[in-house]
Amino acid sequence: MQIRSINLFRVVKGELPFRRVLAMLVVGGFAASSRAEGVLDPQGPIASAERLILLNSTTIMLVVVVPVIVLTLAFAWWYRASNTRASYEPNWANSGRIEFVVWSIPAMVVLLLAGVAWTGSHDLDPARKLPSNLKPIRIEVVSLDWKWLFIYPDFEVATLNQIIVPAGAPIEFQLTSTNVMNAFWVPQLGSQIYTMPGMTTRLNLLADHAGDYPGLSSNFSGDGFSDMRFVVHAVPAAVFSSWLAASQTQGVVLDAAAYSQLARTGSDVSIKTYGSVERDLFERIERESTGAPADHMEK
Amino acid sequence: MLGKLTWYAIPFNEPPAMAASAMIIVGILAILGLITRKEWWPYLWREWLTSVDHKRIGVMYVLLALVLLLRGFTDAIMMRTQLAMAAGGAAGYLPPEHYDQIFSAHGTIMIFFMAMPFMIGLMNFVVPLQLGVRDVAFPVLNSISFWLTAAGALLVNVSLVVGEFARTGWLAYPPLSELAFSPGVGVDYYLWSLQISGIGTLLAGINMVTTILKLRAPGMSYMRMPVFCWTALCASMLIVAAFPVLTATFGMLLLDRYAGMHFFTNDGGGNFMMYVNLIWIWGHPEVYILVLPAFGVFSEVVATFSGKQLFGYRSMVLATLAICVLSFMVWLHHFFTMGAGANVNAVFGIFSMIIAIPTGVKLFNWLFTLYRGRIRFEVPVLWAIGFMVTFAIGGMTGVLQAVPPADFVLHNSLFLVAHFHNVIIGAVVFGAMAGYYYWFPKAFGFTLHRGLGVVSFWCWFVGFYLAFFPLYAVGLLGMTRRMQHYADLSWQPYMIVAEGGAVVILCGIVATIAQLVISIRTRESRRDLTGDPWNGRTLEWSTASPPPAYNFALAPPVDSLDAFWVTKQRAAANPPEHYPAIEVPRNSANGFLTAFFAVVFGFAMIWHIWWLAILSLASAAIILVAFGWMERIPVEVSAEQLAADERARQQTMVPG
Amino acid sequence: MSAQEGVADLAVREVPRAASGAGPSPVRIVVGYGFWIYLLSDIILFSALFATYAVLRGQTAGGPSGHELFELRHAGIETLCLLCSSYACGLAVLAMERRRVSAFYLCCALTFLLGATFLSVELGEFAGLLARGAGPSRSAFLSAFFSLVGLHGVHVTVGLLWLIFLVAQTAYRGPLDYVRRRLLCFSLFWHALDIIWVALLTLVYLMGAR
Repeated sequence: MQIRSINLFRVVKGELPFRRVLAMLVVGGFAASSRAEGVLDPQGPIASAERLILLNSTTIMLVVVVPVIVLTLAFAWWYRASNTRASYEPNWANSGRIEFVVWSIPAMVVLLLAGVAWTGSHDLDPARKLPSNLKPIRIEVVSLDWKWLFIYPDFEVATLNQIIVPAGAPIEFQLTSTNVMNAFWVPQLGSQIYTMPGMTTRLNLLADHAGDYPGLSSNFSGDGFSDMRFVVHAVPAAVFSSWLAASQTQGVVLDAAAYSQLARTGSDVSIKTYGSVERDLFERIERESTGAPADHMEK
Repeated sequence: MLGKLTWYAIPFNEPPAMAASAMIIVGILAILGLITRKEWWPYLWREWLTSVDHKRIGVMYVLLALVLLLRGFTDAIMMRTQLAMAAGGAAGYLPPEHYDQIFSAHGTIMIFFMAMPFMIGLMNFVVPLQLGVRDVAFPVLNSISFWLTAAGALLVNVSLVVGEFARTGWLAYPPLSELAFSPGVGVDYYLWSLQISGIGTLLAGINMVTTILKLRAPGMSYMRMPVFCWTALCASMLIVAAFPVLTATFGMLLLDRYAGMHFFTNDGGGNFMMYVNLIWIWGHPEVYILVLPAFGVFSEVVATFSGKQLFGYRSMVLATLAICVLSFMVWLHHFFTMGAGANVNAVFGIFSMIIAIPTGVKLFNWLFTLYRGRIRFEVPVLWAIGFMVTFAIGGMTGVLQAVPPADFVLHNSLFLVAHFHNVIIGAVVFGAMAGYYYWFPKAFGFTLHRGLGVVSFWCWFVGFYLAFFPLYAVGLLGMTRRMQHYADLSWQPYMIVAEGGAVVILCGIVATIAQLVISIRTRESRRDLTGDPWNGRTLEWSTASPPPAYNFALAPPVDSLDAFWVTKQRAAANPPEHYPAIEVPRNSANGFLTAFFAVVFGFAMIWHIWWLAILSLASAAIILVAFGWMERIPVEVSAEQLAADERARQQTMVPG
Repeated sequence: MSAQEGVADLAVREVPRAASGAGPSPVRIVVGYGFWIYLLSDIILFSALFATYAVLRGQTAGGPSGHELFELRHAGIETLCLLCSSYACGLAVLAMERRRVSAFYLCCALTFLLGATFLSVELGEFAGLLARGAGPSRSAFLSAFFSLVGLHGVHVTVGLLWLIFLVAQTAYRGPLDYVRRRLLCFSLFWHALDIIWVALLTLVYLMGAR
């Protein structure tokens, strides 16, 4: 970041003052964002790999883009009509050598990035399970209008709008939606994936360290869309076990009645934990979302 | 009797919507009243509303675009204001049910009723002049196309006053846009406006392809056509190939909503992923339909104002054709996160990057046109330089998102929003503004005020960066698009800066309006008497400003690229002694009337007023048949008239 | 007569030009070419529906499938009608070119009759399906089927109405240039519908009935 800032300022020196402001905004924007949360503050291997790809790709492209911008401004300035020192060749409009270079440079950049795209798409395929010593946690995700339900099928507990996982353990998500399309996204942990009615998508993430990582829906789903926030709490393994134990013994049950209450249209940002979940709830939800839709009246 | 229409359709209980509706209605009534008082109706009907002249139609398209820019921008600044306010627990001033309509309307209007008409308008006005012919292949069809587009624009705006608009985003994905989850009339307004204007656009595409391929002045082979005509050709071919997909897809959604079918519903075996695929099979070529004519404008502008031939003409043509073909092979990059698997994602990602190669080639070619040129910093050149810088960045963020794992963390975030505004504003809007200023004197006979043009450019340029670069940042921070409020207070400063940017752009728009008003008021001091105010290179500059209805009395001489430039270098030829009489197509009310009934039909279908729908559809059919039946007698322009026009033109031109 | 012809008729300067620089094409070619481009766009419209049909073919939602519903006998009759209708249309165009007016009217009548027979068989098929509860709202498969085949039927209907209009205009105005051009466009349209029908027959009926 530092080096890039200096380069930009050297470039910008001597140009119109506006350019300096622009450069500061750009750099400032990226600098500020790298201090804060989000995509540039990865907390898991997927997010780290994706950030690396972002930065590498951007750097590779800047190698072409920055000179192009500089040359554009330089040529515009030097070849202005009032500059009598500049040479003027009105009929020069072809050069095989320049054409060769001009086709090659983007082609080479694309070749490089294509390699990144191919390997990255395979390595970071959301369905690819993450290697780890720790036992993976399976979570079934259901996006409702407008709340998130997380079912832990191996432990028969469920939560609303919050995920608690042991830090360092791979999380195997299976996702579906009750009626409309949503998308499950925890920016600091990595990839997002759509949740769709009648089908299951798969996502594998891992949180390296303990911490709280905000998540949201990134596919518009109606009036209450902005309320679809949740938090991923990565905790030490012991804390996770005791949370599990506590949840399983507490009384709130997610049975058919409780679920249909939940499935009613409306935002719900509350955080709940369910100690006992109806068996195969996730499969039932997925099946039923292709049936007649539940009563879903917009306000 | 009136279907679903009741008095409650008018938003009496929603002050903002009522205020906006009232303003629009008062504005429209004021304009209609002014026209009536000044007794301009006969003139308007005769010279504009029933005109089949491509120049008039082109002007009307651009006017439509500028008016809808105001509506689309109002939506934008309302959104920005809401987001600047609604941080932490604050609710802002726009409840979700309004905010959702506003962002849906913003996208729909800007793409379909601002950017498309602007580009089609420029193509309409310029292409026949650059090709050295009298008009497009099918002038009456041209009029129908324009009026159907205007009909769609009208219907979208009617939704503000009567009923509501879609609350689904500008592409209306099912299942959200299905009847079960959008039971109101909003999505129906969206679908019918776009179906109607889509037919208009398709017909315009067919018209333009036929014109460019079959109607050019003698001597103008393909490789002597101006680059703008090449980009117009490719954009029009994309229209012909892509818009039927849009028509089919919207048709299927309409059948789902009206006839209970199951194309994209959750039940009955419907598959909404099919919609997503189909709509983007249209959607990606659509953005190239928008950008290619803009690229063409810049090719013309850069060459003319550098006083130099465009560098690498063949390369430009090849690159344009490559973009045309490749644009159909990349659509999946709009939904990498739908889970298609690594192989599919990677292939589409790689194709998406490949399309950056010809685009990059074009950028370099413009660069080398500037090189060793003599650049006059007229207003269009400012837009061109601004474009080259801005588009380089926007293209970069696009190729970045073409890498699927990068897209996994950027998809649907404000980073994406910043990217596509970066390329659409940086290329399409900047190109539209450049083309507007560049060809305005040709259309109206006087140049636009230069100072206000410079002000407009700088406001747009600075405003764009202020409005959208914070969005790149906040997208990386994890903010997604279409949020009506957000919890994270650290995002708010970015939203406030973005709001500031929107205000600066507003100043740019005001400057453009002021420029038009002041230019008209002071037009005598800026008359274009030569027809060639910029020392142009292509054939449109060889005509008077404005050109006569028939464009060229005789076929212009074409024996090379940049035909007019070459003609100017030679000694002036003796004026011909004999002008044969010519015929120009007579005006036709076909377009206007068809569109009138299209609006009624659309409105009737939206509100389920079946008898009215049948009646208006039948009327439209009758209009079609009646006009088809009538003899089309062209208007003759006598040889004497031609000779007199030419003599007048020669006298006002500066000798040399 | 249109404005383009004015330019084409002009005395032009002798300049070396490539074949594509021959100047504006005559109106007949321009109209035919433009109509071809329209037909290509129409084929793309059908392609989108074909693609949707291919995807939704198996989604019968517990309802009847093509195997149970399609009667190849009807499809065969429809094909025969349409192909013969196309042939008659071709004959009509030839008759017009040779100004054999009564032959022209006869062939147009034949074209119309065969096309109308096609439509009535198709409408009968649709009515039968609806009566069995296999309407377009029964399942995604049926939605795709009805809209794909139905769109073709709508095109045929519009074509038949157009044919009536053309015959009326020929009777009233005679075989003028623009009337002949319109007939040319109609025949292109009619033949294209034939081609689309062949694709429909193969992909929907033949492959679906198995």
